[in-house]
Order: sequence, then structure tokens, then C-alpha cells
Amino acid sequence: MDLLVNQFWALTITGLAIGAVYALVALGYTLVYGVLRLINFAHSEVFMWGSFAAVWVLMGVGATNASGMGVVGLLVLGFAAAMAASGLIAIGLEFFAYRPLRKRNSPPLIALISAIGASFVLSEAMGLRDKPFAALGLEGLQEYVGRPRENLPLPRLIDAKPVFAVFNYNVTNVDILVIVSALVMMVVLDQFMRRSRLGRGIRAVAQDPEAAALMGVNRDRVIRITFLIGGIMAGGAAMLYLLKIGVTRYNAGFILGVKAFTAAVLGGIGNLRGALLGGFVLGVAENYGSAIFGTEWKDVVAFVLLIVILLFRPTGLLGESLGKARA
Amino acid sequence: MSAVRNFFHAIRVRLGKLPKWAQILLWALAVLLVYLLPIINPPLLTTTDSDFASVLFSCAMYSLVAIGLNIVIGYAGLLDLGYVGFFAVGAFTVGVLSSAHGSIPLLIAFPIAMAVTLVSGVLLGAPTLRVRGDYLAIVTLGFGEIIRLVLLNTQWLGGASGIANIPSPPSWAIFEIPHITWQGLTAFVDLETTTTFLEFTVVDAVPFYWLALTLVLIVLFLDWLMQNSRVGRAWEATREDEDAAELMGVPTFRFKLLAFATGAAIGGLSGALFATRQGFINPDNFSIIYSVLFVAMVVVGGQGNRWGVVSAAVLLIWLPEKFRFLADGRYLLFGLALMALAIFRPQGLLPPKRSVRAKQAEEEEQEVLEEGTARV
Repeated sequence: MDLLVNQFWALTITGLAIGAVYALVALGYTLVYGVLRLINFAHSEVFMWGSFAAVWVLMGVGATNASGMGVVGLLVLGFAAAMAASGLIAIGLEFFAYRPLRKRNSPPLIALISAIGASFVLSEAMGLRDKPFAALGLEGLQEYVGRPRENLPLPRLIDAKPVFAVFNYNVTNVDILVIVSALVMMVVLDQFMRRSRLGRGIRAVAQDPEAAALMGVNRDRVIRITFLIGGIMAGGAAMLYLLKIGVTRYNAGFILGVKAFTAAVLGGIGNLRGALLGGFVLGVAENYGSAIFGTEWKDVVAFVLLIVILLFRPTGLLGESLGKARA
Repeated sequence: MSAVRNFFHAIRVRLGKLPKWAQILLWALAVLLVYLLPIINPPLLTTTDSDFASVLFSCAMYSLVAIGLNIVIGYAGLLDLGYVGFFAVGAFTVGVLSSAHGSIPLLIAFPIAMAVTLVSGVLLGAPTLRVRGDYLAIVTLGFGEIIRLVLLNTQWLGGASGIANIPSPPSWAIFEIPHITWQGLTAFVDLETTTTFLEFTVVDAVPFYWLALTLVLIVLFLDWLMQNSRVGRAWEATREDEDAAELMGVPTFRFKLLAFATGAAIGGLSGALFATRQGFINPDNFSIIYSVLFVAMVVVGGQGNRWGVVSAAVLLIWLPEKFRFLADGRYLLFGLALMALAIFRPQGLLPPKRSVRAKQAEEEEQEVLEEGTARV
């Protein structure tokens, strides 16, 4: 309890930072759920692939000891790589794992099986990434693909330096970077969904797929774009995760995916602002919980919170679906 | 696909024409054959890289899990992503009672484990089953993970190292059965490797397999009784349309809770089996990924068909063991297989037969529709 009081601001701000990552990944779950009523179980692997893309590109350009504008450029490069990779994987996922099912009008649970299968494939492909290179005899790439089941660290980009103090906690530049970039991404997405033509199309499909089709919305295209947007958000989350945590590995997505999905449900699945709120609430509550009960109970606190909230608000904190959000 | 179906249909028709006693005899022979599998070691079925009897034991144990989860998902239509939690509760109850904090004989510990998991199913179900659909999935996922973390962080339950020295069931050594080995297609009796009937040892998994198989058969029978009773009909009604069922006077919540608790108890039983076979258990044995695998068994097999889920469980356990030589790549292939199955056989391997009532209802609806158009 003392720990909670003494470290209150430290816990709050680091909680917000990790919560921002949860929220960005949660957006992917929530968007797809809103449009397809489907738990996209493989979304966590989309995130994981984005994190690897960022690390590889930054390793490739030799990103260490940069300064000033160089760091900004590298950060932008890292974000771009992660978002591009995640976006592509997300579209591929939709094309190979979900589109064939939709064509056949499969029962809903079978999509979950396809998602589980795709999740296995994506994470194992990363866990076996040395095999094809070894077969081709490309030994020079050991640095990138060697020891595929181990952690792969992000090259040192920026050191965490205190910028200003909130009461007794020194907020670092990494904290600010993570929280601010996440917020910017979310505001952009929110405005996109509310104001753009495509955003209106997505909301229309979420609300009533058949009526939307009658009104001339191309459902397949909307679904593809929804996956793309979810993937881009997951890519951004991957880069922020790397800045905060520093390493990634082939199964890094799993636990994070469970947390992000929890955040999406907590805020009200299908609701974009709910995902944001859910992510922050989850990140902060976890930190408080681990201060009170000890770090080993952190995940228990997260899940108990989820269950308690669902008992009293069965559709999440904000509990409004994507389709009902007004422009 | 249809050629295969016609083939099986033809066989079924032939068998149906046989006299009753011959049918029973054939069934008995089939069951006996399944019992003798680890003794016979049939060439194509047997696993070369891991002990065949152990693989068979796992198949039987996970079949039990699949039957239990089938009640929850297939009959009652509740998506439970935390089923491994009940499996863990069963295993740890046996561990605590027979090794860590007591020395209660297994024959008593098993029913207690089932009772404890039944109660835990009610405790978890009572607050959560009011939540509908996909929310239930994440809540149960959370519960499964909470159980694992509680096991991991409670020293009284052994913490991360878990519980060791869980005893095997009591043995009555009566006679020895030699195994059969194969060279090419010729069978030899191998007098060196024998199985003692009925001695449970760590080395020999065959008696454990017999125990597990016996439990599977008993549970299958009870499952059949339940599905064909008033309870089974109530589950079906709740699954198809909860509001309509409620209006017809089915207390849907109580029946959902019953399904949840029954499923939990069966999961606990298989957990107990796991504990006594392994001899040691730790929280790592019960990670979320197993829940996912369990759900895969039920959906792959065809939710609601007990033979379907059993064959899916056997396949999903046996295939990775059979292809162990692929080592690392087998989970990748497993994922690809799941995706292919979802695309090409979305109703599962053996979809449940539509119940007679469902067919009648559809026919009546069709008639009404036709009459309607005739009048216009």
C-alpha cells in the first residue's frame, strides 16, 4: 500500500504508456469485431510481425549513435516499417484466412478456428525464420534471423532521459513519445472514421451489412480497409512497444494480444473511444494492482477488473457499437 | 467426399441388416481392438519417435476433455476459452489430496476432484453466464488465466515448481501380456516387453490407457443419456434461441449453469488422470494455449457430435506425435491444417446429425410457406 502512495505518479504514467500500446492494438480487435462480429485471434501476430519489421529495418540502416534530427528520422523510419509490415500482414490474413470463409457463409465459430490456425502459422513462421535462410546458405544474415526463438533487441535509439517532474516522478522522453504518438494516432483514426467517406462506409457496414450493400458500399473493400487500418495501428503499437520494452520475440504477441483484447472488451468492443479508454484503464489499473498485491498478481488484477466491470456493465465501459457512433 | 460418405453409408446399411446379437458382437470386438491397440502396435498407426501407449493415453485423456467441452460449446452453445482452468483444478485437487497435503487414496481423490471442479464450475459460471456471446469468451479466458496465476503464486500449492510425487492408482498384478512387434508386415510376439495386468507404473503407460479409455466409454454413455433427456432438449433450445426457450418456460440460466458445471466436472476428471499419469504437475502444464487447443478439438470435430469431437481430439494429439520427425515445423503445419479445415470443411469433420425435432420443424415451416404461396 505504501508503494502505491509513494510511487503513485510513476505507476500512473508508466501505466498510461503501456496502456497506450494496449489501446492501439485493441483498436484492431474492435474495428474487425465491429465490422465482422469476429474475434480476430491472429491480430496479435500482426503486431508481432510489425515489431520485427521495425527492428530489422533499424538494424539494416545501422541505427545507433544517431543524434538530433537523425533520431527523428530513424523513429519515422521505424514507424513506417512496422506499419507497412503490419498492414500487409493484416490484409494477407484477411485474404487467406477470412475471405474464403465469408464466401461460403461458414458458421461463426469456424472463423475462430481459422484465426487460431493463422495465429499458429504466423508466430511459428517467425519462430522458424532461420530455416529458409539456412537452406539457401545465406549465412550473412545470422544477425537478423539467427536464434529465432530468442529475444531480438531494438538497436539503441534514444536513451530514456527525464524531461520534467510530475510530483516525485521524472517523466522521461520515452514516456512522452509513447503516450503522445499513441494519442495522435488515435485522434487521426477517430476523425477519419467520423469524417471521411471511407470511415462512413466502415460504420455503415458495421451497423447493417445488407443495407450498406444496398446503398452501394462495397463490403469486401470495406472489410479489407478495416483490416488494413487495424494492421497500421498494430504496427504503430509495435514500434511504441519496442521503445518502451526494448525487445521482441516470436511469441511476444500472445500475452499482449490477450491484454489488448481485454482492453477492447473493457471499453466496449466495437467502440473506438472505448478501446482507448479500456487500454488506459487496464494499463494503469494493472500497475496499481501490482503495487498493492505484488507484481506477480498483475495479470490477475487485470482479469478480475475485466470480470467485475462486465458484471456491472455487460457491454463494457462505453458500450456503444461502431455502427452507432455519430458523425 | 461424397464417395467416402456413400461408402460409410453402405457399411452402415449392411450392419443394420445383421441380427442384433451380431451387431453387439461386432461392437464388442471393435472396443476390444481399441483396448488392445498399444499391445498390437499396428504398423501405420504406431508412433516411432514417442511411446505409442503414452500417445494413446494422451488421446484418451484429451478425448475426455473434448467430450466435456462439447457439452459446454456443442450442446449449450457457450464459448468457453478457459476450459484448461478446470483441467488444472482437477489435477491440483488430486495433487493436494494425495501428495502435497495428504495421502488420500486415488480412488477417493478422483471423485473429490470431480466434485471440486463441479463446484468451481458453478462458482465461475454463476456470475459470468449472464454475460452473452463473445464477452463470455474473454471472461472465461480471463478465468482460465487467473487459475493458472493463482497456482503459480500460491506457495501452499507448490508455486512455480508445482506438486511432485503424485501416486499411481492401486495395482493388482494378475498376469502378463506380451507386446507385438512388426517387421514389415509380419508380426512377432515380443516376450521381452510385457504389460502386467493391471500394474500402474511410470514406465508402462498401457494400464493408464486402459483406465482412461474405460472412463471415456463411461462418460460417453452418460453423455448420450444426458443429451437424449429433457436436459439435452433444454440445452438445444437454449442454444438455438435463448429468448424463445425462456418464453417456453425453460429456465435457460439454470441449464447453462448445469452445462458449464457438468463440462467442468469432466474436465476435472481428465485433469485428475493427467496428474496421476504424470506424477508431477506445475502451472506451466495449464497455459491458455491448451484452452485454445481444446476449443479447436470441439470445433474441428463438429460441435455437438460426440464421436466427432472424440475423433478430432485423437487426431489433433496423434498427428503432431506421428510427425514428430518434422520437429519444429509441426505446429506450423498444425496451423495450416486448421486453416484448410476451416475453409474446406467448415461444419467440422463429423457434423452432428440434425435432430428429428429440428427436421420436423423445418418441414412444417416449408409446408406453411408453400401453402402461403398457393393461397396467393
